Amino acid sequence: MEKQFIVAPSPHIHGEYSTQRIMLDVIIAMLPAWAVSIYFFGLGAVLTTLIAVVSCVTFEFLIQKYLIKGPVTILNLSAVVTGMLLAFNVPTNISPLIVVLGSLIAIGVAKMSFGGLGANMFNPALVGRVFLLISFPVQMTSWPLPSLARTEYLDAVTGATPLGVVKEALKAGKPISEIYSSIPSYMDLFLGNMGGSLGEISALALLLGFAYLLIRKVITWHIPVTIVATMILFTGILWGVNPQKYMDPLFHILTGGVLLGAIFMATDYVTSPMTLRGMIYYAVGIALLTVIIRVWGAYPEGVSFAILLMNAVTPLINKYVKPNKFGEVVKHG
Amino acid sequence: MLRTFKLGGIHPPENKLSANKKVETLALPEIAYIPLAQHIGAPATPIVVKGDFVKVGQLIAAASGFVSANIHASVSGTVQGIESIVDTSGYARPSIAIKVEGDEWLDSIDCSNALQEEIRLSASEIISRIAEMGVVGMGGATFPTNIKLAVPTGKKADVLIINGVECEPFLTADDRVMLERGEELLVGIRVLMKSLNVSKAIIGIENNKKEAIAHLSSLAKRYSEISIQPLKVKYPQGGEKQLIKATINREVPSGGLPIDVGAVVQNVGTALAAYEAVQKSKPLIERVVTVTGLTHIDPSNFRVRIGTPISQLIEKVGGLPECKVKVVSGGPMMGKALSTASSPVTKGTSGILIMADDLALRPVKSECIRCAKCVSVCPMGLQPFLLNKMSMRKMYPELEANRITDCIECGSCSYTCPAGIPLLDFIRNGKGNVMQIMRSRKK
Repeated sequence: MEKQFIVAPSPHIHGEYSTQRIMLDVIIAMLPAWAVSIYFFGLGAVLTTLIAVVSCVTFEFLIQKYLIKGPVTILNLSAVVTGMLLAFNVPTNISPLIVVLGSLIAIGVAKMSFGGLGANMFNPALVGRVFLLISFPVQMTSWPLPSLARTEYLDAVTGATPLGVVKEALKAGKPISEIYSSIPSYMDLFLGNMGGSLGEISALALLLGFAYLLIRKVITWHIPVTIVATMILFTGILWGVNPQKYMDPLFHILTGGVLLGAIFMATDYVTSPMTLRGMIYYAVGIALLTVIIRVWGAYPEGVSFAILLMNAVTPLINKYVKPNKFGEVVKHG
Repeated sequence: MLRTFKLGGIHPPENKLSANKKVETLALPEIAYIPLAQHIGAPATPIVVKGDFVKVGQLIAAASGFVSANIHASVSGTVQGIESIVDTSGYARPSIAIKVEGDEWLDSIDCSNALQEEIRLSASEIISRIAEMGVVGMGGATFPTNIKLAVPTGKKADVLIINGVECEPFLTADDRVMLERGEELLVGIRVLMKSLNVSKAIIGIENNKKEAIAHLSSLAKRYSEISIQPLKVKYPQGGEKQLIKATINREVPSGGLPIDVGAVVQNVGTALAAYEAVQKSKPLIERVVTVTGLTHIDPSNFRVRIGTPISQLIEKVGGLPECKVKVVSGGPMMGKALSTASSPVTKGTSGILIMADDLALRPVKSECIRCAKCVSVCPMGLQPFLLNKMSMRKMYPELEANRITDCIECGSCSYTCPAGIPLLDFIRNGKGNVMQIMRSRKK
């Protein structure tokens, strides 16, 4: 009966979660948005995503194996997620070289130079996107028109996004009624029939992904719901004050990258706060900055900048916002 | 609506494989090894010598010091001496070895099956009887019960909470006690209530033990002062502080004790032991142990004499498999992995869990992805990722400021961590060091 037992401290069982499984869940949650994108933009959506994913994974592999000479962790699928998110944040008709460069910045600069997964300060895909937006402003803001671009890739017919249309029109002093007639219906906006970055167009598809992430307990509702609620409140006040100058809240939520950012990027574990209360402060910050940039800034869209700015605040939130401890508030029932 | 505690918690697969197995009485061992330290506090002092003949129930080691407990012979036979035996703590510690000869009980013990319902002893007599009979907390913490019942001056208990939660996966010993010994259990609860002078007792039971809830509810109709509180299944609800929060919604202050909010918590097994001690003059010499695991074995519940080698329990359910194996004393969340199966069953042994093959191994560790799952599952509202890091860096003042001493070592953080980081290992280590620093400061 004397036999060598395995001895280790408790606990002796482990839950179903693993980093790889979580990343796989995020990938699964992105599939509806990808499918809608393929429906509206066709070939470009497929190619751009594949290029981004393959180059992100390749860069991570090369850097880990030959530059850092450490363990290669591409199997945890985090580079796949970064690649997909980067692709989701660019127009589908963008040059492959630009996508590869964006991937290099995302993985090489934003992720690996900080020490890899878990150590990065900023969301890698967003750093890649913002780098591209600054470096290639024309290519990054020439959006293929949905449906028309199904079979074309680089030379697809392009147009502006609803947010861009509104920004220009308001600047030109056009009356709000005319603006409304020149943007797609809210049902089209909800389903994804509009110009925009690859993964941001369909609110419906993104919400499906959100539901999946909630069911799988990958994320909690706090960040996405707070971002959307705060944006509705803020833009609602502006709209209420002057509906001739400001767009209504629903328009703000359905256009641009609000839902993509709120569900898939602001919720990035590494760069968001660790406590539920912290997450709410962080989400309010993202929403306020997004509206400020959209309404008063030079860019029609502000979600990426807002998330990156709040990423920088995350360590501070973590330092000052602690969870409610058991036994801190003594209550007699 | 089922009640539960609010903060954190997890729900591991329940695996109550032996829930429907009636408690069988295990055969006596050839030699019983009865450790002198089966409780929290100072080991008992032996009062028998080699060659003495002892009867079942005879005092063989006396409590020494404030926190300690008497130890009685669980078998009858000849004392072989005091031998060093590796116990469930993993350390070799002195045990009284008794060579079993027959099964002769002390005459003072009432061995009949008759339910002894009338409580004759006074409150103080109950407490001293419980001390005399060596009753300790049987949920695993093994704190001497008489000390817990002696409410310090200036404090007052108004409710007794009976812990029938058994939130550890796999374990079913308390469940079986509630089903098979319900009437005695209820008298035991009334005994404890009398000793505390409280007029209310609540038995908290998780909803995965529906039969026990129904059975005790119907039995408790006779006693208006005892109520059954079904609870939502959530680990670690068996933790004292969590159970108090779940049943009566009071929050024990950080660093405080249940009595600070007027509650005393006792385990189901302890209440039964109190019944036997007070009403039957029977010392704590045996207990119910679940033997289980996801292997080829036959998961069962046994009534086992203290001092029986664990190997005897394992043989009884089918022996050990050929593969890699981990044998845990207690549940999978808080139990201790044994280094040898020759360790004896003690007063705190609630279960023996045989884990084979890959289940016996820990997950492969990778980098923290700051998912904060450890924060959301911590039932004490701590930040395990932070405590883990600080413990690694030996940042003791910071650990103290972040309340590492509040950690109840439930293991929810390690269980949940997707990166497979054994958070509790370092936290436990840091907690030990911080507590030592705090003690030396007080001196």
